[in-house]
Amino acid sequence: MPVLFKRSWSDRIVDGGIYTILALFGLLTLFPLYYVVIVSFTPYTEVLRNGGFLLIPHTLTLDAFKVIFTSGVVPRALGVTLLVTVLGTALNLAVTTLLAYPLSKKFLPGRNAVLMGIVFTMLFSGGLIPTFLTVKMTGLMNTIWALIIPGLVSTFNMLIMKTYFESLPQEVEEAAKVDGCGDVATLVKIVLPLSMPIMATLGLFYGVTHWNAYFPGIMYLNDRSLYPLQVVLRNMIITPSVSQELAVPQTQLSALPPESIKMATVVVAIVPVMLVYPFLQKYFIKGMLIGAVKG
Amino acid sequence: MGDTAAAAPAEQRRRAGRGKGRRTFWRYRWLYLFMIPGVLYYLIYHYIPMFGLVVAFQDYNLLKGITGSPWVGLDNFRTVFSSPDFPVLMKNTILLSVYRIVFNMLPDLILALMLNEIRVRWFKKWVQTLTYGPHFLSWIIVYGLVFAFFAPGSGLVTTFMRDMGWTPIDVLTNSSVFRPMLILTDIWKSTGYGAIIYLAALANINQELYEAAAIDGAGRWRQLWNITLPGIREVFVLLLILRLGHILDAGFEQVYIFLNVRVYDVGDILDTWIFRRGIEQMQFSVPAAVGVFKSLIGLVLVLGANKIAKKMGGSGIW
Repeated sequence: MPVLFKRSWSDRIVDGGIYTILALFGLLTLFPLYYVVIVSFTPYTEVLRNGGFLLIPHTLTLDAFKVIFTSGVVPRALGVTLLVTVLGTALNLAVTTLLAYPLSKKFLPGRNAVLMGIVFTMLFSGGLIPTFLTVKMTGLMNTIWALIIPGLVSTFNMLIMKTYFESLPQEVEEAAKVDGCGDVATLVKIVLPLSMPIMATLGLFYGVTHWNAYFPGIMYLNDRSLYPLQVVLRNMIITPSVSQELAVPQTQLSALPPESIKMATVVVAIVPVMLVYPFLQKYFIKGMLIGAVKG
Repeated sequence: MGDTAAAAPAEQRRRAGRGKGRRTFWRYRWLYLFMIPGVLYYLIYHYIPMFGLVVAFQDYNLLKGITGSPWVGLDNFRTVFSSPDFPVLMKNTILLSVYRIVFNMLPDLILALMLNEIRVRWFKKWVQTLTYGPHFLSWIIVYGLVFAFFAPGSGLVTTFMRDMGWTPIDVLTNSSVFRPMLILTDIWKSTGYGAIIYLAALANINQELYEAAAIDGAGRWRQLWNITLPGIREVFVLLLILRLGHILDAGFEQVYIFLNVRVYDVGDILDTWIFRRGIEQMQFSVPAAVGVFKSLIGLVLVLGANKIAKKMGGSGIW
């Protein structure tokens, strides 16, 4: 609400309350993340000495990270996840763009039929079992592709992109056509450079989805060497015996309690996401809004 | 003579029409080609599974496939609805969904309303950046965080409670705190991000309304009741419709990851049951029947809620 008049005392008290609550909520969001990072970098004896609670550690150690990065299991899972994230996001963006661009052209015959067919999938779906059987039938089981192909286009993201394309000035594209650009050249040379904000937003959405993917891993993969990071992380958190999960001899871990190793793995999974999203913040808020306005 | 004279232009027009269609198609050939991968994706991974729902009416056998498995009519549905598990699953699913609707939508809204009152720009930006963060983390990571705080023996809260001389409770295996645990972690994860959409609606409210109201002597609370809340009603109703349509989903990802045998009585929902039976135990027909039930109810709910929203004067989803 705009400030029009001088605030009264009761207004100031209300404001003070709001600022306090928001600051507390912000800290409450941050604290769990801060805590796992601290625990993963602190020698466990020090954690225990403080009754599990410490805000500023006296000594730092990289032991837990050394163990998980020399084990073989976590680096391989990290490799799978990185590959799937990069390759998957690239394919997601390519196919989504190619679908959203023609669908943004209102003059295209057949556009509405295709659009309705796609939107219908948001209302009704075959569900888990038939989807599983389809993935099996198309031969993706136990391949990296099972983590990529079944989620190739997100309908929500596609609609956001279509709305964005519709908001671009048509004159620019028409001018390009007059100058002899075909549809391919128009899309690549004119539309894409104008669409970097939406590409960044959807790139983030798709990328985070791949990075965080768990279900495709447990549904479609039996081969442990293909497990993505989240599956390995989950197995590690619930197991009492970290050494077995990491496939390293217990002796190598003797100095380290399982908690340190578990938390270090959580940190490995958190850090890349936390480093990326603040930079894309201004884009994804806009992207959300475009999507929300038209639905 | 007269006949042919009348017929000729019609024939010509028809031919021209067909030719025009072909020409249009040729003119836009690249646009159609662009769509092929996407359309194929939807056909294969969305429409084939819809037809795959027929396994719910079969005694499906993985080796015989859909074409070879015997048809059993509604037997699978009878099995589901007469099972003693079913009422429990329904109750857990709906209860959890309703909790989520209430305890997600309200915090989202309240956070947005509070952020809207903030005029110190950097403070607002910091609170937003911090609270968006958890949205981008996986449920596995959230599970890891819960573990760091509540793990028996080593968690922060557990240790604290023991040091205080209280008996620590294991929140992950305790039926009485399992649902609140799901809801609280969900609030932690999704509130900041959920507020974005309300903030957008708030930004769209005509500022002159506030000025006029202030001149008429309306205080802050009056402005909140008479301008702000009506201004975001549409968005709220829209989101409510969308969530009602998914009332039988109840947050599968989170629940599956947090679930364990000790809390099945309160935490097992339709989706987790389908997953366990179908993917883990390789029984396909009965879980698929539950899936058909779920999809149909979801469809009816979305269509119905949309109709009600339109009747109430809103714009609905379409």
